[in-house]
Amino acid sequence: MPYTMEKGVSLLVDNPLTTPQLSAESNLWTLNFGPQHPATHTVIRLVLELDGERVVRCVPIIGYLHSGFEKNAEVLDYNQYMTIVNRMDYLEPIANEMAWVRAVETLFGVDPTPRCKVYRTILGELGRIQSHLLCVGAAALDLGAFTAFLFGFNERERIYDIVEYVSGSRFHTSWNRVGGAMKDVDDKIFVPMVKKFIDDTLPKAIDDIEKLLNRLRIFIDRTQGIGAISTAEALSWSLSGPVARASGVMRDIRKDDPYFCFENNWDGQGAAAVDFKVPIMQTGDVLARYLVRLEEMKQSIAIIRQLIDRIPGGPMNVSPEGKDVLPPKSQVYGSIEGLIQHFEMVMTNRGFTPPAGEVYGCCETANGELGYYVVSDGGKVPWRARTRPPSFIHLSVLPKMIEGHTVSDVVAVLGSLNIIAAELDR
Amino acid sequence: MTIDHPAAVKLKERFGHLHLKVASFRGQTQIEVPGENLTQVVTFLRDDSTLGYDMLCDVTCVDYLNYPGWDKARFGMVYTFNSVAAGQPRLILRVFLGEAQLAIDSLVPLYAGAEWMEREVFDMFGVRFRGHPDLRRILTWDGFKSHPLRKDYPVTGLGERENYPVLDRDSA
Repeated sequence: MPYTMEKGVSLLVDNPLTTPQLSAESNLWTLNFGPQHPATHTVIRLVLELDGERVVRCVPIIGYLHSGFEKNAEVLDYNQYMTIVNRMDYLEPIANEMAWVRAVETLFGVDPTPRCKVYRTILGELGRIQSHLLCVGAAALDLGAFTAFLFGFNERERIYDIVEYVSGSRFHTSWNRVGGAMKDVDDKIFVPMVKKFIDDTLPKAIDDIEKLLNRLRIFIDRTQGIGAISTAEALSWSLSGPVARASGVMRDIRKDDPYFCFENNWDGQGAAAVDFKVPIMQTGDVLARYLVRLEEMKQSIAIIRQLIDRIPGGPMNVSPEGKDVLPPKSQVYGSIEGLIQHFEMVMTNRGFTPPAGEVYGCCETANGELGYYVVSDGGKVPWRARTRPPSFIHLSVLPKMIEGHTVSDVVAVLGSLNIIAAELDR
Repeated sequence: MTIDHPAAVKLKERFGHLHLKVASFRGQTQIEVPGENLTQVVTFLRDDSTLGYDMLCDVTCVDYLNYPGWDKARFGMVYTFNSVAAGQPRLILRVFLGEAQLAIDSLVPLYAGAEWMEREVFDMFGVRFRGHPDLRRILTWDGFKSHPLRKDYPVTGLGERENYPVLDRDSA
Protein backbone atom coordinates (compact mmCIF):
# COMPACT_ATOMS: atom_id res chain seq x y z
CA MET A 1 0.00 0.00 0.00
CA PRO A 2 1.66 3.27 -1.04
CA TYR A 3 1.51 5.88 1.68
CA THR A 4 3.09 9.08 2.81
CA MET A 5 4.21 9.97 6.29
CA GLU A 6 4.92 13.59 5.48
CA LYS A 7 2.81 15.84 7.64
CA GLY A 8 0.27 17.93 5.83
CA VAL A 9 0.94 16.34 2.49
CA SER A 10 -2.21 15.24 0.81
CA LEU A 11 -2.68 13.22 -2.30
CA LEU A 12 -5.39 15.64 -3.29
CA VAL A 13 -3.36 18.83 -3.19
CA ASP A 14 -5.03 20.54 -6.11
CA ASN A 15 -8.49 20.34 -4.65
CA PRO A 16 -9.13 22.90 -1.91
CA LEU A 17 -12.22 21.09 -0.72
CA THR A 18 -10.43 17.89 0.08
CA THR A 19 -7.05 19.16 1.14
CA PRO A 20 -6.79 18.13 4.78
CA GLN A 21 -6.57 20.89 7.34
CA LEU A 22 -3.56 19.65 9.20
CA SER A 23 -1.61 21.75 11.63
CA ALA A 24 2.14 21.43 12.02
CA GLU A 25 1.77 19.68 15.38
CA SER A 26 -0.92 17.32 14.23
CA ASN A 27 -0.08 13.65 14.15
CA LEU A 28 -2.43 12.90 11.31
CA TRP A 29 -1.10 11.18 8.25
CA THR A 30 -2.59 10.27 4.93
CA LEU A 31 -2.93 6.78 3.53
CA ASN A 32 -3.89 6.01 -0.02
CA PHE A 33 -5.99 2.86 -0.30
CA GLY A 34 -6.53 1.56 -3.81
CA PRO A 35 -7.47 2.03 -6.61
CA GLN A 36 -6.01 -1.40 -7.18
CA HIS A 37 -5.93 -3.37 -4.00
CA PRO A 38 -7.25 -6.89 -3.36
CA ALA A 39 -9.46 -5.76 -0.49
CA THR A 40 -11.28 -3.13 -2.55
CA HIS A 41 -12.31 -6.04 -4.83
CA THR A 42 -12.86 -3.58 -7.64
CA VAL A 43 -11.37 -0.29 -8.68
CA ILE A 44 -12.11 2.15 -5.87
CA ARG A 45 -9.71 4.59 -4.31
CA LEU A 46 -10.02 5.81 -0.73
CA VAL A 47 -7.86 8.53 0.75
CA LEU A 48 -7.77 7.99 4.49
CA GLU A 49 -6.63 10.52 7.02
CA LEU A 50 -5.39 8.66 10.04
CA ASP A 51 -4.65 9.43 13.64
CA GLY A 52 -2.37 6.52 14.43
CA GLU A 53 -4.51 3.69 13.16
CA ARG A 54 -7.88 5.44 13.58
CA VAL A 55 -9.63 6.85 10.55
CA VAL A 56 -10.38 10.54 11.05
CA ARG A 57 -11.62 11.24 7.56
CA CYS A 58 -12.18 9.25 4.44
CA VAL A 59 -12.59 10.60 0.91
CA PRO A 60 -13.69 8.02 -1.67
CA ILE A 61 -12.60 8.76 -5.24
CA ILE A 62 -14.50 6.87 -7.90
CA GLY A 63 -14.98 6.90 -11.64
CA TYR A 64 -12.11 4.63 -12.67
CA LEU A 65 -14.53 2.31 -14.46
CA HIS A 66 -16.81 5.00 -15.87
CA SER A 67 -17.60 3.85 -19.39
CA GLY A 68 -20.70 5.78 -20.33
CA PHE A 69 -23.33 3.02 -20.01
CA GLU A 70 -26.13 5.58 -19.75
CA LYS A 71 -24.89 7.43 -22.83
CA ASN A 72 -24.78 4.13 -24.70
CA ALA A 73 -28.41 3.52 -23.78
CA GLU A 74 -29.34 6.46 -25.98
CA VAL A 75 -28.11 4.71 -29.13
CA LEU A 76 -29.06 1.09 -28.40
CA ASP A 77 -32.60 -0.19 -28.59
CA TYR A 78 -34.48 -1.67 -25.66
CA ASN A 79 -33.35 -5.24 -26.30
CA GLN A 80 -29.77 -4.35 -27.22
CA TYR A 81 -29.26 -2.44 -23.99
CA MET A 82 -29.97 -5.71 -22.12
CA THR A 83 -26.38 -6.75 -22.86
CA ILE A 84 -25.07 -3.64 -21.11
CA VAL A 85 -27.46 -3.88 -18.20
CA ASN A 86 -26.16 -7.27 -17.10
CA ARG A 87 -22.62 -5.92 -17.10
CA MET A 88 -23.48 -3.52 -14.29
CA ASP A 89 -23.73 -5.69 -11.20
CA TYR A 90 -21.75 -8.63 -12.53
CA LEU A 91 -22.26 -10.74 -9.41
CA GLU A 92 -25.87 -11.32 -10.45
CA PRO A 93 -26.13 -10.46 -14.15
CA ILE A 94 -29.51 -12.08 -14.57
CA ALA A 95 -31.15 -10.10 -11.76
CA ASN A 96 -30.11 -6.81 -13.37
CA GLU A 97 -32.07 -7.68 -16.47
CA MET A 98 -35.19 -8.15 -14.38
CA ALA A 99 -35.14 -4.51 -13.29
CA TRP A 100 -34.57 -3.32 -16.84
CA VAL A 101 -37.33 -5.44 -18.37
CA ARG A 102 -39.68 -4.39 -15.61
CA ALA A 103 -39.11 -0.71 -16.38
CA VAL A 104 -39.31 -1.20 -20.14
CA GLU A 105 -42.37 -3.44 -20.00
CA THR A 106 -44.11 -0.83 -17.87
CA LEU A 107 -43.27 1.70 -20.59
CA PHE A 108 -44.56 -0.56 -23.39
CA GLY A 109 -47.56 -1.61 -21.33
CA VAL A 110 -46.74 -5.30 -21.74
CA ASP A 111 -47.66 -7.90 -19.13
CA PRO A 112 -45.42 -10.99 -19.43
CA THR A 113 -46.93 -14.47 -19.56
CA PRO A 114 -47.29 -16.52 -16.31
CA ARG A 115 -44.59 -18.94 -17.46
CA CYS A 116 -42.20 -16.07 -18.07
CA LYS A 117 -42.97 -14.56 -14.66
CA VAL A 118 -42.19 -17.82 -12.87
CA TYR A 119 -38.92 -18.24 -14.73
CA ARG A 120 -37.93 -14.66 -14.05
CA THR A 121 -38.74 -15.00 -10.36
CA ILE A 122 -36.73 -18.21 -10.00
CA LEU A 123 -33.75 -16.84 -11.93
CA GLY A 124 -33.93 -13.55 -10.04
CA GLU A 125 -33.74 -15.42 -6.74
CA LEU A 126 -30.87 -17.54 -8.04
CA GLY A 127 -29.16 -14.26 -8.87
CA ARG A 128 -29.69 -13.06 -5.32
CA ILE A 129 -28.18 -16.26 -3.92
CA GLN A 130 -25.29 -15.93 -6.38
CA SER A 131 -24.50 -12.41 -5.21
CA HIS A 132 -24.97 -13.12 -1.49
CA LEU A 133 -22.74 -16.20 -1.64
CA LEU A 134 -19.89 -14.13 -2.98
CA CYS A 135 -20.55 -11.19 -0.68
CA VAL A 136 -20.67 -13.36 2.44
CA GLY A 137 -17.63 -15.32 1.32
CA ALA A 138 -15.60 -12.27 0.35
CA ALA A 139 -16.50 -10.46 3.57
CA ALA A 140 -14.99 -13.40 5.44
CA LEU A 141 -12.07 -13.54 3.02
CA ASP A 142 -11.17 -9.93 3.80
CA LEU A 143 -11.07 -10.83 7.48
CA GLY A 144 -8.81 -13.79 6.82
CA ALA A 145 -11.26 -16.70 6.55
CA PHE A 146 -10.47 -18.05 3.11
CA THR A 147 -12.45 -21.29 3.45
CA ALA A 148 -15.85 -19.60 3.66
CA PHE A 149 -15.12 -17.91 0.35
CA LEU A 150 -14.48 -21.26 -1.31
CA PHE A 151 -17.66 -22.76 0.17
CA GLY A 152 -19.55 -19.89 -1.41
CA PHE A 153 -17.76 -19.98 -4.72
CA ASN A 154 -18.36 -23.71 -5.22
CA GLU A 155 -22.09 -23.10 -5.17
CA ARG A 156 -21.79 -20.14 -7.52
CA GLU A 157 -20.38 -22.57 -10.08
CA ARG A 158 -23.62 -24.56 -9.93
CA ILE A 159 -25.65 -21.39 -10.54
CA TYR A 160 -23.42 -20.68 -13.53
CA ASP A 161 -24.29 -24.17 -14.79
CA ILE A 162 -28.01 -23.44 -14.46
CA VAL A 163 -27.87 -20.07 -16.22
CA GLU A 164 -25.64 -21.59 -18.87
CA TYR A 165 -28.33 -24.14 -19.59
CA VAL A 166 -30.99 -21.43 -19.68
CA SER A 167 -29.20 -18.81 -21.74
CA GLY A 168 -26.16 -20.43 -23.30
CA SER A 169 -23.84 -18.13 -21.42
CA ARG A 170 -22.32 -18.70 -18.00
CA PHE A 171 -21.84 -15.12 -17.02
CA HIS A 172 -23.46 -12.34 -19.00
CA THR A 173 -26.74 -14.01 -19.73
CA SER A 174 -28.78 -11.49 -21.77
CA TRP A 175 -31.61 -14.00 -21.62
CA ASN A 176 -34.52 -11.64 -21.06
CA ARG A 177 -36.27 -9.81 -23.84
CA VAL A 178 -38.97 -7.20 -23.72
CA GLY A 179 -42.18 -9.23 -23.42
CA GLY A 180 -40.49 -12.55 -22.80
CA ALA A 181 -37.19 -14.28 -23.20
CA MET A 182 -34.57 -15.13 -25.77
CA LYS A 183 -35.71 -18.74 -25.92
CA ASP A 184 -37.93 -21.13 -24.07
CA VAL A 185 -36.47 -23.51 -21.51
CA ASP A 186 -37.02 -27.25 -21.24
CA ASP A 187 -38.59 -27.85 -17.83
CA LYS A 188 -37.48 -31.49 -17.83
CA ILE A 189 -33.85 -30.44 -17.59
CA PHE A 190 -34.19 -27.15 -15.74
CA VAL A 191 -36.32 -28.38 -12.83
CA PRO A 192 -34.08 -31.29 -11.71
CA MET A 193 -31.01 -29.05 -12.01
CA VAL A 194 -32.50 -26.38 -9.75
CA LYS A 195 -33.94 -28.95 -7.34
CA LYS A 196 -30.62 -30.66 -6.92
CA PHE A 197 -29.05 -27.30 -6.23
CA ILE A 198 -31.54 -25.99 -3.67
CA ASP A 199 -32.19 -29.33 -1.96
CA ASP A 200 -28.76 -30.94 -1.85
CA THR A 201 -25.81 -28.71 -2.32
CA LEU A 202 -26.77 -25.17 -1.37
CA PRO A 203 -28.27 -25.76 2.12
CA LYS A 204 -25.16 -27.74 2.99
CA ALA A 205 -22.89 -24.92 1.88
CA ILE A 206 -24.87 -22.30 3.79
CA ASP A 207 -24.74 -24.60 6.79
CA ASP A 208 -20.97 -24.90 6.44
CA ILE A 209 -20.53 -21.14 6.23
CA GLU A 210 -22.75 -20.67 9.28
CA LYS A 211 -20.90 -23.28 11.30
CA LEU A 212 -17.61 -21.75 10.35
CA LEU A 213 -18.37 -18.10 10.98
CA ASN A 214 -21.40 -17.52 13.18
CA ARG A 215 -19.68 -18.53 16.39
CA LEU A 216 -16.15 -17.72 15.38
CA ARG A 217 -14.71 -15.44 18.05
CA ILE A 218 -12.40 -13.61 15.65
CA PHE A 219 -15.11 -13.03 13.07
CA ILE A 220 -17.58 -11.73 15.69
CA ASP A 221 -15.01 -9.43 17.22
CA ARG A 222 -14.07 -8.02 13.85
CA THR A 223 -17.66 -7.37 12.77
CA GLN A 224 -19.79 -6.61 15.82
CA GLY A 225 -20.38 -2.89 16.33
CA ILE A 226 -18.29 -2.01 13.27
CA GLY A 227 -19.67 0.46 10.76
CA ALA A 228 -22.99 0.73 12.57
CA ILE A 229 -25.69 2.98 11.17
CA SER A 230 -29.07 3.77 12.70
CA THR A 231 -32.50 3.39 11.10
CA ALA A 232 -33.00 7.15 10.69
CA GLU A 233 -29.56 7.58 9.16
CA ALA A 234 -30.08 4.65 6.79
CA LEU A 235 -33.27 6.28 5.50
CA SER A 236 -31.69 9.69 5.20
CA TRP A 237 -28.77 8.24 3.22
CA SER A 238 -31.24 6.52 0.83
CA LEU A 239 -29.92 3.03 1.67
CA SER A 240 -31.85 0.02 0.45
CA GLY A 241 -31.63 -3.75 0.36
CA PRO A 242 -29.82 -5.82 3.00
CA VAL A 243 -27.77 -2.82 4.15
CA ALA A 244 -30.92 -0.88 5.05
CA ARG A 245 -32.69 -3.92 6.48
CA ALA A 246 -29.75 -4.65 8.76
CA SER A 247 -30.35 -1.17 10.16
CA GLY A 248 -34.03 -1.81 10.81
CA VAL A 249 -35.56 -0.22 7.71
CA MET A 250 -38.65 -2.30 6.94
CA ARG A 251 -38.66 -2.11 3.20
CA ASP A 252 -38.46 -4.71 0.50
CA ILE A 253 -39.69 -3.91 -3.00
CA ARG A 254 -40.85 -7.50 -3.39
CA LYS A 255 -43.42 -6.72 -0.66
CA ASP A 256 -43.98 -2.97 -1.06
CA ASP A 257 -44.16 -2.68 -4.84
CA PRO A 258 -44.54 -6.31 -5.90
CA TYR A 259 -43.75 -7.63 -9.36
CA PHE A 260 -43.66 -10.99 -11.18
CA CYS A 261 -44.67 -13.78 -8.76
CA PHE A 262 -44.43 -11.53 -5.71
CA GLU A 263 -47.73 -10.00 -6.81
CA ASN A 264 -51.09 -11.51 -6.02
CA ASN A 265 -52.96 -12.91 -9.03
CA TRP A 266 -49.80 -13.04 -11.12
CA ASP A 267 -51.16 -15.69 -13.48
CA GLY A 268 -54.48 -13.95 -14.03
CA GLN A 269 -56.29 -16.87 -12.38
CA GLY A 270 -56.02 -15.81 -8.77
CA ALA A 271 -52.68 -17.35 -7.80
CA ALA A 272 -51.43 -16.02 -4.49
CA ALA A 273 -48.11 -14.24 -4.23
CA VAL A 274 -45.18 -16.36 -3.11
CA ASP A 275 -44.84 -16.46 0.64
CA PHE A 276 -41.60 -15.42 2.27
CA LYS A 277 -40.29 -13.44 5.20
CA VAL A 278 -38.10 -10.36 5.10
CA PRO A 279 -35.27 -10.55 7.65
CA ILE A 280 -34.73 -7.32 9.61
CA MET A 281 -32.06 -6.53 12.19
CA GLN A 282 -31.65 -3.47 14.34
CA THR A 283 -27.94 -3.15 15.07
CA GLY A 284 -26.92 -2.02 11.56
CA ASP A 285 -23.32 -3.18 11.87
CA VAL A 286 -21.23 -5.44 9.64
CA LEU A 287 -22.35 -8.55 11.51
CA ALA A 288 -26.02 -7.64 11.04
CA ARG A 289 -25.53 -7.23 7.29
CA TYR A 290 -23.85 -10.63 7.12
CA LEU A 291 -26.66 -12.30 9.07
CA VAL A 292 -29.39 -10.62 7.00
CA ARG A 293 -27.74 -11.85 3.80
CA LEU A 294 -27.51 -15.41 5.14
CA GLU A 295 -31.19 -15.41 6.06
CA GLU A 296 -32.17 -13.89 2.71
CA MET A 297 -30.52 -16.82 0.95
CA LYS A 298 -32.67 -19.23 2.95
CA GLN A 299 -35.78 -17.22 2.08
CA SER A 300 -34.78 -17.31 -1.58
CA ILE A 301 -34.57 -21.09 -1.39
CA ALA A 302 -38.07 -21.11 0.08
CA ILE A 303 -39.35 -18.92 -2.77
CA ILE A 304 -37.83 -21.20 -5.41
CA ARG A 305 -39.27 -24.29 -3.68
CA GLN A 306 -42.77 -22.83 -3.89
CA LEU A 307 -42.47 -22.21 -7.61
CA ILE A 308 -40.32 -24.99 -8.99
CA ASP A 309 -43.08 -27.63 -9.06
CA ARG A 310 -45.73 -25.38 -10.50
CA ILE A 311 -44.10 -23.83 -13.54
CA PRO A 312 -47.07 -23.25 -15.84
CA GLY A 313 -46.98 -24.36 -19.44
CA GLY A 314 -47.97 -22.16 -22.31
CA PRO A 315 -45.91 -19.66 -24.21
CA MET A 316 -42.86 -17.90 -22.78
CA ASN A 317 -43.32 -14.76 -24.84
CA VAL A 318 -46.34 -12.56 -25.10
CA SER A 319 -48.11 -12.99 -28.43
CA PRO A 320 -46.12 -11.63 -31.36
CA GLU A 321 -49.46 -10.36 -32.70
CA GLY A 322 -48.89 -7.30 -30.57
CA LYS A 323 -45.64 -6.70 -32.51
CA ASP A 324 -43.72 -6.46 -29.26
CA VAL A 325 -41.51 -9.54 -29.35
CA LEU A 326 -39.55 -11.45 -31.93
CA PRO A 327 -41.48 -14.45 -33.29
CA PRO A 328 -40.11 -17.94 -32.54
CA LYS A 329 -37.42 -19.11 -34.96
CA SER A 330 -39.62 -21.94 -36.29
CA GLN A 331 -42.09 -19.33 -37.50
CA VAL A 332 -39.34 -17.15 -38.95
CA TYR A 333 -38.00 -19.98 -41.08
CA GLY A 334 -41.32 -21.69 -41.72
CA SER A 335 -43.79 -18.96 -42.57
CA ILE A 336 -43.81 -15.74 -44.52
CA GLU A 337 -45.64 -13.85 -41.74
CA GLY A 338 -43.02 -14.86 -39.21
CA LEU A 339 -40.24 -13.75 -41.53
CA ILE A 340 -41.88 -10.38 -42.15
CA GLN A 341 -42.50 -9.92 -38.43
CA HIS A 342 -38.87 -10.74 -37.66
CA PHE A 343 -37.55 -8.18 -40.13
CA GLU A 344 -40.04 -5.55 -39.01
CA MET A 345 -38.55 -5.91 -35.55
CA VAL A 346 -34.86 -5.98 -36.32
CA MET A 347 -34.63 -3.48 -39.18
CA THR A 348 -33.53 -0.10 -37.97
CA ASN A 349 -36.13 1.89 -39.85
CA ARG A 350 -39.10 -0.16 -38.60
CA GLY A 351 -38.63 -1.54 -35.17
CA PHE A 352 -40.94 -1.78 -32.23
CA THR A 353 -41.54 1.52 -30.55
CA PRO A 354 -43.06 2.40 -27.19
CA PRO A 355 -45.34 5.38 -26.67
CA ALA A 356 -43.68 8.65 -25.65
CA GLY A 357 -43.54 8.82 -21.86
CA GLU A 358 -41.44 8.39 -18.77
CA VAL A 359 -41.51 5.56 -16.25
CA TYR A 360 -39.54 4.39 -13.25
CA GLY A 361 -39.22 0.65 -12.72
CA CYS A 362 -37.22 -1.16 -10.09
CA CYS A 363 -36.54 -4.57 -8.61
CA GLU A 364 -35.18 -5.73 -5.30
CA THR A 365 -31.81 -7.09 -6.33
CA ALA A 366 -29.26 -8.55 -3.93
CA ASN A 367 -27.71 -5.15 -3.28
CA GLY A 368 -30.90 -3.19 -2.93
CA GLU A 369 -33.20 -1.15 -5.10
CA LEU A 370 -31.95 -1.28 -8.67
CA GLY A 371 -34.13 1.09 -10.64
CA TYR A 372 -34.31 2.46 -14.16
CA TYR A 373 -35.85 5.76 -15.14
CA VAL A 374 -36.64 5.38 -18.81
CA VAL A 375 -37.62 8.33 -21.00
CA SER A 376 -39.00 7.62 -24.45
CA ASP A 377 -39.75 10.03 -27.25
CA GLY A 378 -41.63 7.35 -29.15
CA GLY A 379 -38.54 6.29 -31.07
CA LYS A 380 -36.65 3.03 -31.34
CA VAL A 381 -34.07 3.87 -28.68
CA PRO A 382 -34.59 5.38 -25.22
CA TRP A 383 -34.21 9.14 -24.96
CA ARG A 384 -32.60 8.60 -21.60
CA ALA A 385 -32.16 5.55 -19.36
CA ARG A 386 -31.04 6.44 -15.87
CA THR A 387 -29.84 3.70 -13.54
CA ARG A 388 -30.41 4.03 -9.84
CA PRO A 389 -27.32 2.14 -8.74
CA PRO A 390 -27.43 0.75 -5.19
CA SER A 391 -23.63 0.45 -5.03
CA PHE A 392 -23.17 4.15 -5.77
CA ILE A 393 -25.58 5.18 -3.05
CA HIS A 394 -24.15 2.71 -0.53
CA LEU A 395 -20.59 3.88 -1.09
CA SER A 396 -21.57 7.49 -0.37
CA VAL A 397 -22.22 6.51 3.25
CA LEU A 398 -18.88 4.72 3.67
CA PRO A 399 -16.98 7.78 5.06
CA LYS A 400 -19.62 8.09 7.77
CA MET A 401 -19.52 4.39 8.59
CA ILE A 402 -15.78 4.09 9.07
CA GLU A 403 -15.03 7.33 10.89
CA GLY A 404 -13.43 6.45 14.21
CA HIS A 405 -12.71 2.84 13.26
CA THR A 406 -9.30 1.42 12.45
CA VAL A 407 -7.76 0.80 9.03
CA SER A 408 -8.38 -2.93 9.29
CA ASP A 409 -12.11 -2.23 9.77
CA VAL A 410 -12.26 -0.41 6.45
CA VAL A 411 -12.07 -3.69 4.53
CA ALA A 412 -14.72 -5.25 6.77
CA VAL A 413 -17.15 -2.37 6.12
CA LEU A 414 -16.35 -2.25 2.41
CA GLY A 415 -16.97 -5.98 2.12
CA SER A 416 -20.30 -5.73 3.94
CA LEU A 417 -21.56 -3.04 1.53
CA ASN A 418 -20.79 -5.26 -1.49
CA ILE A 419 -19.67 -2.44 -3.75
CA ILE A 420 -19.53 -3.41 -7.43
CA ALA A 421 -17.44 -0.89 -9.34
CA ALA A 422 -19.01 -1.58 -12.72
CA GLU A 423 -22.35 -0.53 -11.29
CA LEU A 424 -20.82 2.21 -9.16
CA ASP A 425 -19.22 4.02 -12.09
CA ARG A 426 -21.34 2.74 -14.98
CA MET B 1 -58.62 11.94 -15.79
CA THR B 2 -58.54 12.49 -12.05
CA ILE B 3 -55.32 12.05 -10.15
CA ASP B 4 -55.90 10.37 -6.81
CA HIS B 5 -52.30 10.14 -5.61
CA PRO B 6 -52.46 11.15 -1.91
CA ALA B 7 -49.46 13.46 -2.23
CA ALA B 8 -50.96 15.23 -5.23
CA VAL B 9 -54.20 15.86 -3.33
CA LYS B 10 -52.38 17.18 -0.26
CA LEU B 11 -49.96 19.35 -2.23
CA LYS B 12 -52.79 20.95 -4.21
CA GLU B 13 -54.48 21.77 -0.90
CA ARG B 14 -51.37 23.20 0.75
CA PHE B 15 -49.70 24.88 -2.24
CA GLY B 16 -52.80 25.89 -4.22
CA HIS B 17 -51.22 29.23 -5.13
CA LEU B 18 -48.39 27.51 -7.04
CA HIS B 19 -50.80 25.84 -9.50
CA LEU B 20 -48.77 22.61 -9.51
CA LYS B 21 -49.18 20.52 -12.65
CA VAL B 22 -49.85 16.84 -12.02
CA ALA B 23 -49.41 14.20 -14.71
CA SER B 24 -49.85 10.46 -14.70
CA PHE B 25 -48.47 7.81 -17.08
CA ARG B 26 -48.79 4.03 -16.59
CA GLY B 27 -50.07 4.63 -13.07
CA GLN B 28 -47.05 6.69 -12.01
CA THR B 29 -47.63 10.23 -10.81
CA GLN B 30 -45.33 13.13 -11.56
CA ILE B 31 -45.77 16.60 -10.05
CA GLU B 32 -44.13 19.63 -11.61
CA VAL B 33 -42.77 22.06 -9.03
CA PRO B 34 -41.30 25.54 -9.66
CA GLY B 35 -37.57 25.50 -8.92
CA GLU B 36 -37.71 28.22 -6.26
CA ASN B 37 -40.30 26.29 -4.22
CA LEU B 38 -38.57 22.91 -4.28
CA THR B 39 -37.16 22.99 -0.73
CA GLN B 40 -40.50 24.17 0.65
CA VAL B 41 -42.48 21.43 -1.10
CA VAL B 42 -40.01 18.66 -0.24
CA THR B 43 -39.87 19.71 3.42
CA PHE B 44 -43.66 19.48 3.53
CA LEU B 45 -43.64 16.04 1.87
CA ARG B 46 -41.07 14.76 4.32
CA ASP B 47 -42.53 16.19 7.52
CA ASP B 48 -46.25 15.64 6.89
CA SER B 49 -47.26 12.74 9.13
CA THR B 50 -49.59 10.97 6.68
CA LEU B 51 -47.35 11.39 3.62
CA GLY B 52 -43.96 10.87 5.26
CA TYR B 53 -41.70 10.75 2.19
CA ASP B 54 -38.68 9.89 4.31
CA MET B 55 -36.42 8.41 1.61
CA LEU B 56 -35.05 10.24 -1.41
CA CYS B 57 -34.81 7.33 -3.80
CA ASP B 58 -33.13 8.98 -6.77
CA VAL B 59 -32.06 12.31 -8.21
CA THR B 60 -31.44 12.59 -11.91
CA CYS B 61 -31.84 14.89 -14.87
CA VAL B 62 -33.01 14.62 -18.47
CA ASP B 63 -31.84 16.82 -21.33
CA TYR B 64 -34.75 17.58 -23.70
CA LEU B 65 -32.72 19.35 -26.40
CA ASN B 66 -34.56 18.72 -29.70
CA TYR B 67 -37.10 16.40 -28.03
CA PRO B 68 -40.02 16.18 -30.47
CA GLY B 69 -42.73 18.68 -29.58
CA TRP B 70 -41.04 19.95 -26.44
CA ASP B 71 -42.33 23.27 -25.08
CA LYS B 72 -40.74 23.38 -21.60
CA ALA B 73 -37.27 24.38 -20.42
CA ARG B 74 -34.37 22.26 -21.65
CA PHE B 75 -33.37 20.37 -18.49
CA GLY B 76 -35.83 18.36 -16.40
CA MET B 77 -34.77 17.33 -12.90
CA VAL B 78 -36.32 14.11 -11.60
CA TYR B 79 -36.67 13.51 -7.86
CA THR B 80 -38.05 10.13 -6.87
CA PHE B 81 -39.34 9.75 -3.30
CA ASN B 82 -40.27 6.69 -1.29
CA SER B 83 -42.47 6.70 1.77
CA VAL B 84 -41.17 3.88 3.96
CA ALA B 85 -42.84 4.34 7.35
CA ALA B 86 -46.15 5.70 6.05
CA GLY B 87 -46.28 3.34 3.06
CA GLN B 88 -47.56 5.79 0.45
CA PRO B 89 -46.99 5.08 -3.25
CA ARG B 90 -43.84 6.33 -4.95
CA LEU B 91 -43.82 10.00 -5.96
CA ILE B 92 -41.81 11.76 -8.66
CA LEU B 93 -41.22 15.52 -8.57
CA ARG B 94 -40.12 17.36 -11.71
CA VAL B 95 -38.37 20.71 -11.92
CA PHE B 96 -37.61 22.24 -15.32
CA LEU B 97 -34.55 24.45 -15.69
CA GLY B 98 -33.47 26.60 -18.61
CA GLU B 99 -29.87 26.88 -19.76
CA ALA B 100 -29.57 30.48 -18.54
CA GLN B 101 -30.36 29.68 -14.91
CA LEU B 102 -29.03 26.16 -14.50
CA ALA B 103 -29.12 26.13 -10.70
CA ILE B 104 -31.40 24.69 -8.07
CA ASP B 105 -31.51 24.31 -4.29
CA SER B 106 -29.61 21.33 -2.99
CA LEU B 107 -31.56 18.72 -1.03
CA VAL B 108 -28.56 17.72 1.09
CA PRO B 109 -29.86 19.64 4.16
CA LEU B 110 -33.01 17.47 4.01
CA TYR B 111 -31.62 14.12 2.82
CA ALA B 112 -27.98 13.22 3.35
CA GLY B 113 -28.14 10.73 0.49
CA ALA B 114 -28.64 13.53 -2.04
CA GLU B 115 -24.96 14.45 -1.84
CA TRP B 116 -23.49 12.03 -4.38
CA MET B 117 -26.57 11.88 -6.57
CA GLU B 118 -26.46 15.67 -7.00
CA ARG B 119 -22.73 15.52 -7.66
CA GLU B 120 -23.41 13.06 -10.46
CA VAL B 121 -26.06 15.33 -12.00
CA PHE B 122 -23.60 18.24 -11.79
CA ASP B 123 -20.94 16.12 -13.45
CA MET B 124 -23.14 14.76 -16.21
CA PHE B 125 -25.38 17.79 -16.94
CA GLY B 126 -23.73 20.83 -15.37
CA VAL B 127 -26.65 21.67 -13.06
CA ARG B 128 -25.40 23.67 -10.07
CA PHE B 129 -26.85 22.92 -6.64
CA ARG B 130 -27.07 25.88 -4.25
CA GLY B 131 -25.99 24.96 -0.75
CA HIS B 132 -24.29 21.68 -1.70
CA PRO B 133 -21.34 21.07 0.67
CA ASP B 134 -18.93 19.53 -1.84
CA LEU B 135 -20.01 20.09 -5.44
CA ARG B 136 -17.23 18.44 -7.45
CA ARG B 137 -17.17 16.12 -10.43
CA ILE B 138 -17.58 12.51 -9.35
CA LEU B 139 -17.39 10.11 -12.31
CA THR B 140 -15.18 12.14 -14.62
CA TRP B 141 -11.96 13.88 -13.54
CA ASP B 142 -11.47 17.42 -12.30
CA GLY B 143 -10.03 18.85 -15.51
CA PHE B 144 -12.81 17.48 -17.72
CA LYS B 145 -14.64 20.31 -19.49
CA SER B 146 -17.83 18.77 -20.89
CA HIS B 147 -21.03 17.39 -19.42
CA PRO B 148 -21.30 14.04 -21.21
CA LEU B 149 -24.97 13.18 -20.81
CA ARG B 150 -26.10 16.39 -22.50
CA LYS B 151 -27.64 15.73 -25.89
CA ASP B 152 -25.14 17.97 -27.70
CA TYR B 153 -22.23 15.81 -26.50
CA PRO B 154 -21.53 13.05 -29.05
CA VAL B 155 -21.53 9.38 -28.05
CA THR B 156 -18.00 8.98 -29.39
CA GLY B 157 -16.70 11.86 -27.26
CA LEU B 158 -14.90 15.00 -28.30
CA GLY B 159 -11.52 13.37 -28.79
CA GLU B 160 -10.57 13.16 -25.10
CA ARG B 161 -9.48 9.60 -25.57
CA GLU B 162 -7.27 10.32 -28.59
CA ASN B 163 -5.79 13.62 -27.45
CA TYR B 164 -5.04 12.69 -23.89
CA PRO B 165 -1.74 14.20 -22.67
CA VAL B 166 0.88 11.49 -22.25
CA LEU B 167 3.21 11.85 -19.31
CA ASP B 168 6.75 10.64 -19.78
CA ARG B 169 9.32 10.05 -17.10
CA ASP B 170 10.82 13.55 -17.34
CA SER B 171 7.61 15.54 -17.11
CA ALA B 172 5.92 13.33 -14.49
